[in-house]
Parts: sequence; structure tokens; C-alpha cells
Amino acid sequence: MEPVTQKTKLNNPLPTVSPKQRKRKNLFTSYGFAAPAMILLFVFLILPAILALYYSFTNYYLLTPEKTKFVAFENYKRLAEDTLFLKSLGNTALFVVIVVPVQTLVALALALLVNQKLMGIKFFRMAFFAPVVTSMVIVSILWTFIYNPDNGLANSILNIVGLGPFQFLTDKDQAMYSIIFMSIWQGAGYQMMIFLAGLQDIPDHQYEAASIDGANAWQKLIHITIPGIRNILAFIAIVTMIAATKLFIQPFVMTQGGPLDSTKTLVYMVYETGFKFRDVGYSSAIAILFFVIVLIISILQRKFIKENTE
Amino acid sequence: MKKNRIIAQIGLYVVLILLAILFLFPLVWMVVSSFKTEPEIFADLKSFRAFVPYTFSLDNYTGVFERIPFIRYLLTSTLYVSVIVLLGLFVNSLAAYAFARMQFKGRDLLFSIVVALIIIPFESILLPLYLIIDEFDWLNTYQALIIPFIANAFNIFMFRQFFLNLPKELEESARMDGASTIRIFFQIVIPLSKPVFITVALLTFITHWGDFMWPLIATTDESVRPLQVGMQFFFHQPPVRYGHVMAALTMATIPLLIIFVFFQKYYVQGIASAGMKN
Repeated sequence: MEPVTQKTKLNNPLPTVSPKQRKRKNLFTSYGFAAPAMILLFVFLILPAILALYYSFTNYYLLTPEKTKFVAFENYKRLAEDTLFLKSLGNTALFVVIVVPVQTLVALALALLVNQKLMGIKFFRMAFFAPVVTSMVIVSILWTFIYNPDNGLANSILNIVGLGPFQFLTDKDQAMYSIIFMSIWQGAGYQMMIFLAGLQDIPDHQYEAASIDGANAWQKLIHITIPGIRNILAFIAIVTMIAATKLFIQPFVMTQGGPLDSTKTLVYMVYETGFKFRDVGYSSAIAILFFVIVLIISILQRKFIKENTE
Repeated sequence: MKKNRIIAQIGLYVVLILLAILFLFPLVWMVVSSFKTEPEIFADLKSFRAFVPYTFSLDNYTGVFERIPFIRYLLTSTLYVSVIVLLGLFVNSLAAYAFARMQFKGRDLLFSIVVALIIIPFESILLPLYLIIDEFDWLNTYQALIIPFIANAFNIFMFRQFFLNLPKELEESARMDGASTIRIFFQIVIPLSKPVFITVALLTFITHWGDFMWPLIATTDESVRPLQVGMQFFFHQPPVRYGHVMAALTMATIPLLIIFVFFQKYYVQGIASAGMKN
């Protein structure tokens, strides 16, 4: 902030300024404008990122910081043999592999449905969007009740169609799928809105021309709609993918990572090893690996979108 | 032909209504149950009555206020998120303006660093950030909840995009009249940029309103505990009473609902434009 105030002081008493002075003054202003954000980003984003990388090569244990020493790739080697870590990686992958395609397709289907000119369509848009307006913690608590095997709505409703009863969150084979279903329920409305904006940007005359050529609804979808929203589709798939790799709140609130670690995730392990077991070095190694995964996804995204637009 | 179309329309409505039920039933159950007694909630689980508001008791709500400082959680969240939004608008738009309009050494390099920072997931810097905040002695303070989140690389990017598309003429003629850069920014650029300010404000508010992991770690004291963390604690605090939790959840949903109702247009435009730009 400092340079900004200095600059205003300089500005007033000088009616005429030489080009050199003006240049210096401008420099003050521009650095002054950028400085607060840059300083904050450095201290609270770049610095911790560098520290995470550094800690990941040490055996830093929070309770005995004086014994910290450089251990090279020791933490990373430990990761490769840690069954809990591998399980968490697998759980996260399962979540990503199901949620990304299913949620994207559900959102697209919803957007196509609510893009029709029908009476009361606004109500349906709002209905599908409603879960987005609540927060993840709130819906996680709510669905823990719904999934209660003995006193839960889910079993009552499934009973009507002759299914169940299920154990949901208390069964190691069902817990992750229960979380997946709820997550899609919560998030699909958000992507639906983005898709909807994209669909409405496709000019009507393209559909009219196709109708004249005798195209059916399916052909229009494949040849006009999908190409028209291709970039949005890629964008949504990637954003959903990155968000899905961060899975934490749902297992933290609903299952505490259980039963039998079936809902432990990468970020859950970063949290647990760091804040419960205080193993900063090891936790940082997981955090860095997590970052690398997100980075790879982002790079793939850029490639994919570029290829598509070229 | 016409008959077919009517049948198709009815089919469409059936699908839409079934889907609407799927998306709304948990929320309807939450709100309706919050006004029922505990035995009523459990008795209704097996029937359609679970969604029928036949009693209207506020006992669960008074129960929540007796058991947790709900209003305090709510105010804490509202306060810290609002401060992040306001300071963030200021700091990020200033930086973005420098990147969009000013010439200075290292500008493009600096901006490409900012863009690269967008990729860093918060979860991967959690622990070192905690240690830094601890070093500052900020644990259990509002500073810990606010200051790390003021500057935001993505918001700088959004602002810059918008500023680049503004016509330069107004700013240039103001400069001819001798206005300082700061004055130009506040009196000309900001009024022209209302849409991007509202969009960024909304997106920031909604993001941080949902913050969970960081406040969970950085605030162990009830005096600075935000709503989301308070809800999680209440949920696990025995005795677990469905009615109480439902009342608390219903109340916790209201703030975002209000924001959404008032700013619906901007919100939808905001998420849509965030989608388009990429």
C-alpha cells in the first residue's frame, strides 16, 4: 500500500513534471496497484507451496521440529508401500471415475430438459438447482440421516420399489457409492446452469435448417447441440474432475473415512497425517502428489481444448 | 401428429416432475421435519407424511438456540466472508487494473505467474499455511480466516479480462484533464465495471461461505467458529436429535438462499461466464 500514498503526495505539489519524473511516478503507481495482491499471494500461496515441497523431503514432525532433517525421497518411497495411502488413492480414483462422466451427463441431460419452451420450466430449473444453494456440509449432514439404515428415508423410498434395505454408509462396499450419489445430486444443478447458457447460445436457425433437411431429434443433438457446446463440455468435465479429486467434506462429515477406510481419500489423508498424526513431512509428500495429479489434469485440459478449437 | 406431440409433452412433464421430486425431497424433508417433534419425525419415516407439514412447532428452533450459539456462528461467517469479499474486490481489482492498463517492468512475467497460481489447489498448501498462520500467532483469530484469502489469482484474472475490454477513451480523456490514476480507477473504471464486481463478489461469497477444512483447522475456539464448522460439531454433539439438527440446517441454508433470490441473475450469469471464458 505504501507506494500508493507516496505517489499521491508526490502528485499534488508538482504542476509540471518532467518525462523522467512522470515515468518514475507511473512506476510507483503501477507497482502500488499490484503490490498488495502480489505480497499477499506470495506470503499465503507461493510461500506455503514452496514449503510444502521442501517439507516433503524432510522428516519434519510437528512435536520434535529440532530433529528435522533432509531425507530426500524417503517420504515418497514410504507412500509407495503405504497400503492406506494406496487405498485412499484408489478410493479417490473411484470417486473421480464415476462422478465425472455421470455428473457431466446428468447435468447435460437436465440442461437439455429445461431448455425446452414449456410452461413452468423455470420451476424445474430452480428445483434441479436447489441443492447447489445449500452447502456441502449441510447436505452431508442431511444425507447421513437419509442414509440411516434403520431410520432413514432412503430405505423407506427404495422399499416402495421393492429394493433394499441397504446399509449405505455403514457398509464398506456401499459407503463410497452412497457418497457418490449424494455428490452428484448436490452438484449437477451447477453444471446444468453452465450447459444451459451454452445451449441458449446455439442459434435457432441451425435447428430450423436441420429440420428442413429432415433431421430427427437425435441427429440434431449429435450434429448441432454437442458440437455447439463442445468447449463447455470439456471445461465442465475438467472442473468436475479437479473438484472430485479434492473429495473431503463428504467423507469427513458422513463416515470419518470409514467403514474400514473405504471412504478415505487423498485430501483426507493430507488432513489426517498432518493434523492428527502431526507428520508434516509425510503429509506434505501426499499434498505434493495431490498437486501433481491436479496439475496433470489441468495440462491435459489445455491440450484437449486447444486441439478442439484448432 | 398433434396427438403425438401432446403425448410427448405429457411424457416430458412426467420425467421433469419425477426428477424434481428426486432433487427436492431431501430439502423438503429437512424443512418439514424441523417443525415436527422427534416421535413424529420417526413415525413419519415410513409414509408420505414425512413430507407433509401438519404440525408447526418451533421447539426444535428454540432447542438449537439453547444448545449452540447459532447466531454467533452465523454472524462470524457473515462477517469474515463479507470482509474477504470487500477487501478482495479492492485488492484484486487494483492489481488487475495494473496488469490491464499500465506499463511496468516484469508485468507480463508477473501476470503469467498469477495465472499459473490458479492451478495450485488449496488443499496442497494447507499444512504449511497453518504453520505460517501459527507463526503469526493468528490461530483462532479472524485474521486467520480472512487475510490468506483476500488476494485471489482467479479473481485478478477475471477483473483483468473485463478491464481489457473496456474502451480506453474515457480513461484517456480523464488523464488529459489531469486526473490521477487512482481517481480514474475509482471514478471511471469501477462504475463501468459493476457487472464484474458483482459477479466476483458473489462467487467469492459463495465459495467462502462453504469453507470448511480451513476454519476447522484454524479455529478451535468457539468464539471464531464459522457456521459450517459449527454445524459439523452440532451434528456430532450428543444427544443427536433429528429435529434439532433439521432446524439448524434449515436456518443455515437461509443466508445463501437469500443471496440467491436477490442476485439470481448475476449468479447464473457469473457461473455461466466463468464457464464460457475457459
